[in-house]
Amino acid sequence: MAVRDVTAPGEHLIELDRISRTFVTPGGRITAVDNVSLALASGEAMCLVGESGCGKTTTGRLLAGLLAPTGGRLLFEGKDVWAKRGDDLAAFRRAVQLVHQDPYASLNPVRTVYDTLSAPLFHHRRARGRADAVAQINELLRRVGLTPPADFLPKYPHQLSGGQRQRVSIARALTVDPRVIVADEAVSMVDVSIRITLLDLLLALRAEFGVTIVLITHDLAVARYFARRGRIGVMYLGRVVELAPTEALVADPAHPYAAALIGAIPEADPTLTRTKERIPLRSAEVPSLLEIPRGCSFHPRCPLSEAGLCDVKVPDLLPVPGEREVACHIAVRARTATAVSA
Amino acid sequence: MTALLSVRDLAVEFRSGRGPVQAVRGVSFDVADGEAVAIIGESGSGKTTLAISLIKLIPRGARVTRGEVLFRNDRGTRDVLDMEDDELRRFRWHEAAMVFQSALNSFNPVINIWAQFLDTARAHGMRDPKAVRGKADELLELVHLEPERVLRAYPHELSGGMKQRVLIALSLLLGPRLLILDEPTTALDILTQRAIIDLLRELRSRLGFAMVFISHDLSLAAELADRVFTMYAGRIVEEAKVGDLFYQPRHPYSVGLLRAVPRVSGELGALASIPGSPPDLVDLPTGCAYHPRCPFAVERCRREDPSLVSADSPQHRVACIRWQAVAESVGSRRPAEAL
Repeated sequence: MAVRDVTAPGEHLIELDRISRTFVTPGGRITAVDNVSLALASGEAMCLVGESGCGKTTTGRLLAGLLAPTGGRLLFEGKDVWAKRGDDLAAFRRAVQLVHQDPYASLNPVRTVYDTLSAPLFHHRRARGRADAVAQINELLRRVGLTPPADFLPKYPHQLSGGQRQRVSIARALTVDPRVIVADEAVSMVDVSIRITLLDLLLALRAEFGVTIVLITHDLAVARYFARRGRIGVMYLGRVVELAPTEALVADPAHPYAAALIGAIPEADPTLTRTKERIPLRSAEVPSLLEIPRGCSFHPRCPLSEAGLCDVKVPDLLPVPGEREVACHIAVRARTATAVSA
Repeated sequence: MTALLSVRDLAVEFRSGRGPVQAVRGVSFDVADGEAVAIIGESGSGKTTLAISLIKLIPRGARVTRGEVLFRNDRGTRDVLDMEDDELRRFRWHEAAMVFQSALNSFNPVINIWAQFLDTARAHGMRDPKAVRGKADELLELVHLEPERVLRAYPHELSGGMKQRVLIALSLLLGPRLLILDEPTTALDILTQRAIIDLLRELRSRLGFAMVFISHDLSLAAELADRVFTMYAGRIVEEAKVGDLFYQPRHPYSVGLLRAVPRVSGELGALASIPGSPPDLVDLPTGCAYHPRCPFAVERCRREDPSLVSADSPQHRVACIRWQAVAESVGSRRPAEAL
């Protein structure tokens, strides 16, 4: 598979520039995404991981332009998406597609596969008449591995397996020739035995058409497989706390939260999983988004927290050696010091 | 050693418009006192139906077509499936308790946790609130919660991880010797999952109950099980000590599952999905139900439905006529090594 490596700066296709999103809830104002910057090159495969409430889904929706930011900018090919109007905005909406985590909910139960896939083709005037639509849909179904296509055209979602439904969702995203696909927990609801095939399908689209793919998942093992030649961003309480090349992150996490997550993950290997190094946290409770701790939001749980520093000053996401960025006073100090002395 | 639980040739069917759904098709196994057994398999493998049958919680539309669920206590051995309501009520919670997958949402939302403890205790003959309170305090402390705070709380005031802890504490209220858990960590975040896994391990070593847990997640079995059973299409297709199942799998489906799961630490290894999808339980394939997806299948697999036979050792049993070919191809893995 021809796979391009991580991006050089300056050729970003899509970029979040210090983006934030707050919501007003009955309990008060919450900041689901806080000052996140993330830049993706054309053809990059990247994963955003984190636990529930970390803001990964909101970040995905901000990337796809489905949610307006309350601060910062979304840039596509260097231009501010939310300043776009008319045709430019429509072009962006075609270029970036979201594949939803739950194909049961995102496919209309009373529409056949043909209906689901032909609607965007007609809407965007990509098909001239039914015969042309059928020809294009057959090609799409072949691309996502639903063969022979004729068997699938008349089927309703309930007649498909979970994996097949997710393939239809991916085919629907492909109807408009997207440049970016944001896949939110795209494999979480399908059986473990077929997840790898779906991830491989997404990676093949990237290799074949240069589509940029952002996979959002709570499952670090899935992230490691998918972004094995790319990067993983770890989120905690609305912020990216570490952004690093995948193998570097899983072998040597810099942020204490990333280290705690990796140490805590149960593995499908009895010896490995029963002997893994664990990072004990000071508290098991995740703070509420309504009361995000001041300073570093992780400090009340962090084993490395230093009084007078971590509980006071918000750490920025800063570069450290090894093409990685980390938002932790302690890790940045340790890693830049090592680099200097070496 | 005499088994605490012996399941013998259990079969359970569901009615459907298209004909009987054969969810469990002749399952036999033993669980020893204090032992932890994991039943792994995907959706539709029959593992949940099997689990609820162990406490005769047969859902509407389902029936046991044959088999026995023998449970041993000081007074002798009884078939759970023969128990009448009174005896069943005693058996559940006192002898065997279950923590359900959907239980995170199955608390009564309008009563606080103390009332949930009290209700459960009363329904099972513990009438003295002081005694219930003492036991509740003890159990909540065991699951690392503050009794004062938690007993006053309503379910919606607790996080998912706290609810799961409360449920585990509640399930232990009447001192069962067997705990059945259906996907105990599935809907939880990673750090919460880790805490629940460590908690179950700790509780088991302190209280000595046996565990049967059902999961699609192989890593949970790797963490907690002494033995692992792989289920496919309503049958146990492999049964082995945890190390043997993970490092010397002998059923092609176990091998396929292990190859399909990426890991975070160690080598990533070569991964692949299992081709095809699980069979239709109304219209099963002929012969071995796994043969249409199996890379080892030969002509005989289409005709013969294999029974469990001993593979590498008497304790390692596999329902596959091709297990030797699987052994040659897979060999023995060492820990943290790719297949």
